[in-house]
Amino acid sequence: MSPVIIYSMDISQLPSRLLENAVNEFSKLPGIGKKTALRLVLHMLNQPTEDALSFANALIQMKEEVKLCVKCNNITEEELCSICSSNVRDESLICVVESIKELIAIESTSQYKGLYHILGGRISPMDGIGPRDLNVDSLEDRVVNNVVAEVILALSTTMEGETTSFYIFRRLEKHKVPLSTLARGISIGDELEYTDEITLGRSLLNRMPYHGK
Amino acid sequence: MNIKSLSLVNFKNYNSLDVSFSDKINCFTGNNGAGKTNILDAIYYLSFSKSFFSSIDGLNIKHGQDLFVIQGSYIIKDAEENIYCGYEKGKKKKVKRNKKEYERLADHIGLIPLVMITPSDISLIIGGSDERRKFVDGIISQYNRNYLYDLQRYNKALLQRNYLLKEAAKTKSNNDDVIEIYDQQLIETGNRIFEERKKFTDEIIPVFQKYFEHISMGYEKVQLNYSSSLYDKGMKVLLEESKAKDKIARTTTEGIHKDDLELLLGEYLIRKLGSQGQQKSYLIALKLAQFEYIQKICGFKPILLLDDVFDKLDSSRVEQIIELVSQRSFGQIFITDTNSNRINKVLNSVNDNYFHFNVDNAQLTKVYETD
Ligand SMILES: [Zn+2]
Repeated sequence: MSPVIIYSMDISQLPSRLLENAVNEFSKLPGIGKKTALRLVLHMLNQPTEDALSFANALIQMKEEVKLCVKCNNITEEELCSICSSNVRDESLICVVESIKELIAIESTSQYKGLYHILGGRISPMDGIGPRDLNVDSLEDRVVNNVVAEVILALSTTMEGETTSFYIFRRLEKHKVPLSTLARGISIGDELEYTDEITLGRSLLNRMPYHGK
Repeated sequence: MNIKSLSLVNFKNYNSLDVSFSDKINCFTGNNGAGKTNILDAIYYLSFSKSFFSSIDGLNIKHGQDLFVIQGSYIIKDAEENIYCGYEKGKKKKVKRNKKEYERLADHIGLIPLVMITPSDISLIIGGSDERRKFVDGIISQYNRNYLYDLQRYNKALLQRNYLLKEAAKTKSNNDDVIEIYDQQLIETGNRIFEERKKFTDEIIPVFQKYFEHISMGYEKVQLNYSSSLYDKGMKVLLEESKAKDKIARTTTEGIHKDDLELLLGEYLIRKLGSQGQQKSYLIALKLAQFEYIQKICGFKPILLLDDVFDKLDSSRVEQIIELVSQRSFGQIFITDTNSNRINKVLNSVNDNYFHFNVDNAQLTKVYETD
């Protein structure tokens, strides 16, 4: 296929219906426009058949076999995710996060040995996300039906994150479970004079005892 | 603190300009469109890293050019400081202090305090209450980041709450549990915002009175009040009591977003009854009170820019204002006027050093300089 044809091709008039279908599917992906979709499809078309098949199969298998953990909504291939089914993790700790992205971030710190609970978003009525769209009921169930020593709220410090934290606090306060939230303060390695006043003020209010290290 | 010199490249109607200033009074006279106000706006830029008139930097580039540069040399706390502000089409605006670029533009704000009065500010007197809240909020938040943060959180919570009220009415459903979360945020931030606004207005009101009396030579009685329903009740009680009303109105009817400054002349609202001269005097007195407030916070006198403020004022008020601002309590002043005779007359009566420039088609000529 000559590259001249690719660049001058009118996307609305592709030579094949099958090609058009593939372009449409690719362009549904986030951040992919029609032009990029066409480039990717033409690339796939030029690959050996087995490569294209393994690409398609990876997607099908992922979709069919990856599920959400029934306990914490993490991604898993089993009933329970690898974290919930692990016997070295502290089952009395639940860390509440917005999405799998935050779970991965916290896991990569290697500082946390408890379990998680993924909410699936944060409250913002104007964006069509109310508390009923989040996995809060299942969090409450976990707190009621298990021995939980602490629920850690690890949500962003944005207005939406704080709203969500406050809503969870309201839902859980009657169960008398200890709640905590991530410390807000100066970043490691920051010069104090360049820290913004809000963060600096918060850090001062939430200062902590110092024992020489 | 003062600006010693200014240079411009392709800024508004100026190709290039290099000018030195008096550390006291600088007057620019000339016809409309000659470029008087543009000099003031350039000085404003160096303080706030944006134009007083338009938030789109590209609009300030001289027609047909790709970039503008404004540079000013200042004396701040006895040290010389060079401020640079440059913008090139399609690139990020650059602000530098002594050749070092700021990472955040916000860090520059406050270094060179400045108060500007222009004819368009009259909306503060005759416009809606949002104009007056913007005035108050702008001054407080310039020196109080916590206030700004509270204000942003209050406004966001208010938007969400109003959206929920509309949704509940539309879908005939109950979402009180979610509304309550936003109530909590409005209570927390609203009470603090009220306290700060009260503290601010308590401080500027007597100063305003003093200046207005001076300008009107004591002939008129004025009163300025901060009006807010939070005087009687806290935000919590206000929201509880107005809940039923809010549901019918589908919006939040009470709170600090309804606050106003009540501007009275005698017993009447000045926006309804005052003459143009009275309204303008009111505006100038209010802005001079702002000047004194800022001076108190940052410990030195802001630069004062008076853009065409004498128009529609009788000559006695003009003389009172010039006399007032040329006193020791004010620092460096920049004045524009289309009427050269008016300026000459009042400047002759001032015992202070001043520069008088004539501006014609983006060319400056110094016509007078005291020695
Ligand atoms: Zn799990």
